[in-house]
Amino acid sequence: MYMLRGEIYSTPCILANSEFLETHMNEDLFLNWVRSTGLDISIGVFVLGTLWRLFEIYSLGRKTDLAVPRHRAGASGLHTLFRRSVPPPGMFKRSPISYVGGYVFHIGLFIVVFLFAQHIKLIQSLTGLSWPNLPAQFIDATAVVTLATMVLVLAERINKPVKRFLSTFGDYAGWALTFLPVLTGYLANKHLLLSYTTMLGLHILSVELLLVFIPFTKLFHVFTLWGSRWYNGDVNGRKGVPT
Amino acid sequence: MSASIEKGISVLKEVIDAPIASYFSSCVHCGLCAEACLFYTESGDPKYTPIHKLEPLRRVYKQEYTLLGRFAKILGLSKPVTDEELEEWKPLVYDSCTLCGRCSLVCPVGNDIVYMVRRLREGMAISGHAPEGLAGASQRAVEIGSPMGVKLPAVKAQMKHVQADTGIEIPLDVVGAEYMVLMSSMEIINFPEYLAAIARIMKQAGKTWTLCSEAFEATNSGIQIGVSDIARVLVQRIVDGAEKLKVKTVISPECGHAYTALRWEGPNLIGRPYSFEVLHILEVLDGFRNAGLLKTSGFEEAKLTFHDPCQLVRRGGVLEEPRRLLNLVAKDYVETGDPGKMNWCCGGGGGVSAIEEAEELRLTAFKVKKVQLEATGAKTLVTACANCRIVLEEGLEHYKMDIPVVGLTETIAAHLTAKE
Repeated sequence: MYMLRGEIYSTPCILANSEFLETHMNEDLFLNWVRSTGLDISIGVFVLGTLWRLFEIYSLGRKTDLAVPRHRAGASGLHTLFRRSVPPPGMFKRSPISYVGGYVFHIGLFIVVFLFAQHIKLIQSLTGLSWPNLPAQFIDATAVVTLATMVLVLAERINKPVKRFLSTFGDYAGWALTFLPVLTGYLANKHLLLSYTTMLGLHILSVELLLVFIPFTKLFHVFTLWGSRWYNGDVNGRKGVPT
Repeated sequence: MSASIEKGISVLKEVIDAPIASYFSSCVHCGLCAEACLFYTESGDPKYTPIHKLEPLRRVYKQEYTLLGRFAKILGLSKPVTDEELEEWKPLVYDSCTLCGRCSLVCPVGNDIVYMVRRLREGMAISGHAPEGLAGASQRAVEIGSPMGVKLPAVKAQMKHVQADTGIEIPLDVVGAEYMVLMSSMEIINFPEYLAAIARIMKQAGKTWTLCSEAFEATNSGIQIGVSDIARVLVQRIVDGAEKLKVKTVISPECGHAYTALRWEGPNLIGRPYSFEVLHILEVLDGFRNAGLLKTSGFEEAKLTFHDPCQLVRRGGVLEEPRRLLNLVAKDYVETGDPGKMNWCCGGGGGVSAIEEAEELRLTAFKVKKVQLEATGAKTLVTACANCRIVLEEGLEHYKMDIPVVGLTETIAAHLTAKE
């Protein structure tokens, strides 16, 4: 009996194996949790939070403008929704990194989030919707460019006096919440640093954190910027100021 | 909490609407609004970043209108807005903002920042944190009838002078005239050439017009200091005068913010649309030109450039009119950099020129104009706002630049073809 127990429980090989098993168990538990409970909680907070915030903001309403509008073709809220993405005359050279960096990392985020095969599969499993994906190598390269651009944008935030002056904890937290999903996603996909399972779990967890915080941080601009541009453009449009 | 701050916060709560909530929720602290603001670009001081000027309003929004902010307030975790803070913000909300609206035109998320500064001033003024210069101007506007203390006798004296100079009778209180002409105090005191120009242009065009003894002043310090009650009284005066005289059109003079006050804010202040039309003098002149009623001869000899008043272009939509008019009389015309809706402010709009303690900063901010004007090589600067004109003259003098500043209306009038 003793011998047997010794053989089973004390041989180094078996011990290593049990640690291996335990680690695996933990990894799998973690991945399962972020894929089920974690996902449910984060999507719940994200959806309810977003709906609440949109209601909280837009239910405040605004007064009807009683001034007779001027009407000018090409000046309206709708025009501003799109045209405000283009730097106004003279602005690009005053802050090139804001514009170039802004474009590159926003487009990069869009590509890696919505045009990566695995993400499309996930969306399909959740909603039934799907669309063509871009090749994996292209997604990899985009992720690297996005990460590098975000580092550049952060460096500018720290170094440029105006940006540093305006920056709060929320700005740095918002940056980190956006950066981590791209970083962990890239590392998981490339099987770097940690085991695939752990890194995938961390990737999903970082996305969940992002989802939870979007409604309550500056990241909410992804929703409100459209309303803001529309209001601004509408006022200008009524006055006949081209947008 | 003092009574004044309580009033201030309650007014700020009132002015916050969906656009303001949307704007604060959209700001990503990119700092691009700073790059559009002449007080930042010329001083290099980040505290002049437009969105930063709104910090007290942002906190009231957060603490009163967001779920998390209300929780934080109940738990005592948020910093309340105090009198001391509003006083500290006075140089940011007043001295270093001309309400020029350049920030609102460049914000990538679409925030109408100047709209929010205008609203924040409501809370600042009511709680006693408006600059003395502006408070005095507003008080004179309500009590005497003009921010510079000009009374009807001064107007009548000018009418008499202009009559003697031009040989044209200046109509006063004529019921049923087509146009009612308003002036700014600055025009009554410093620039009588405006009224003379109007008299001659109207005569050539064959139009009926009148001044109004109860409403001759067009400027509105209420919208500059941020007291809608005062702004409403001043607009109502003009509306009453115009309706009494049954005019078809009220002409806003060569003044930027008077146009904003009367044309865009006015109906909202009094709570109803007007029974008459409001046009800026440049719109009227361009209409005459279009109808063939404005006949000019000869050209200006000097090289001309034009300073766009912010409230006319960016905040008012009067963009092509001055160019078409200048084209009638200018052979050698050159635009400054960023002309039209992206123009740079003279630095004295939005009441800033009335704030004594803001003078040094205003002259620093004028550097942008100085550089632009030097680049044009123009010998005469034309504009269409009496306040811009005074501020430009002071700035040019300060920087020892010998460029005369003239009004567009009088420039046109100087070239009217004599009637056969």
